[in-house]
Amino acid sequence: MKNVFKKGLWENHPIFKQLLGMCPTLAVTTSAINGLSMGLAIIFVLNFSSGIVSLIRKFIPPQVRIAVYTIIIATFVTLADLFLKAFFPSISKALGPYVPLIVVNCIILGRAEAFSSKNPPKLALLDSLGVSLGFLWGLVLLGSLRELLGAGTIFGIKVLGDFFEKWVVMVLPAGAFLVLGFLVGVINYIERKRR
Amino acid sequence: MKTLRVVLVLTLVSVFSAGTLSFFELLAEKRIAENEKREIEESIFTIVPQTEKIEEVKDYYKLFDKEGDLLGYIFLAEGQGYQGPVKILFGLKPNLEELLGIEIISHQETPGLGAKIDSGEFKQQFRRLRVLPKIEYLKKKPSLPNQIQAITAATVSSRSVVNILNKKIDQIRKEFKKR
Repeated sequence: MKNVFKKGLWENHPIFKQLLGMCPTLAVTTSAINGLSMGLAIIFVLNFSSGIVSLIRKFIPPQVRIAVYTIIIATFVTLADLFLKAFFPSISKALGPYVPLIVVNCIILGRAEAFSSKNPPKLALLDSLGVSLGFLWGLVLLGSLRELLGAGTIFGIKVLGDFFEKWVVMVLPAGAFLVLGFLVGVINYIERKRR
Repeated sequence: MKTLRVVLVLTLVSVFSAGTLSFFELLAEKRIAENEKREIEESIFTIVPQTEKIEEVKDYYKLFDKEGDLLGYIFLAEGQGYQGPVKILFGLKPNLEELLGIEIISHQETPGLGAKIDSGEFKQQFRRLRVLPKIEYLKKKPSLPNQIQAITAATVSSRSVVNILNKKIDQIRKEFKKR
């Protein structure tokens, strides 16, 4: 039981191990706060859709299962989008089209197809909680590193003094690939050491 | 029988989804509209701090001061920047010959370079800027009242702002003349 939860956090980490959901991962992690907000939006969407898919899994005819998952996911994505627009307009602006694009995020559809449609709600929720929290820490780490190197701040708080020459490239698209590649390398290294 | 089940499940799921969404949309709708309006109003006050009253006309705003005198007009212009659309809110004096100022509503320019179009230093140059015969940008210190200095290493973004403004102002002047 516990293993199901832990898998998404490290062993099967959606970003660093499976390299899934690259579109939001690379695009929105220009700052720590953007990474955090995206991660929270994913936690909301993934857990609710996994729970519902698991609850109605026995009623879904196999021919149209993907269509049903997509409708369920799209519903929660739209809710998250409305919520951000109404209560956090500046974050909604910063994330731009990437909130509505969660609909096509392969992590979420992947969990529905591979796990929650085959397991009871309790297990499905443990799995989705693990995966979404894993995604969250990945995004926050990536966003913090890029913000630190590209702007000298983390969550908008100045960390590096004026001596620091900002690497603007780190908050540009190219920086996303550089930092992601570096982190995947580091995590593989840690993994190898542990064995 | 099998087909019937497919139709039934899809219909039920869709109806449920549509119902949930309509309900929450109704709740959020008002707040979202308010947020958008507040953003525009805040920008207007940044451009013309002495504004007392804003009157919305078709596609622009009229600004009045305490005595009820017309301070100028606010327009929204949109055009292509270096990486994506740039939306600019700008104020014109009643004679349509001088800018009151500009505010960048949204843009996708390069952080650290083109994004400086949203910096105070750059926007400040548009205060009381002559728009006749048209706004010009230079790569050195400007000498005429209708010139601004482009941002170093971001000439394309600077030029986009100037072009977007010139195009819209030209259009406005023509429309106002007809009245």
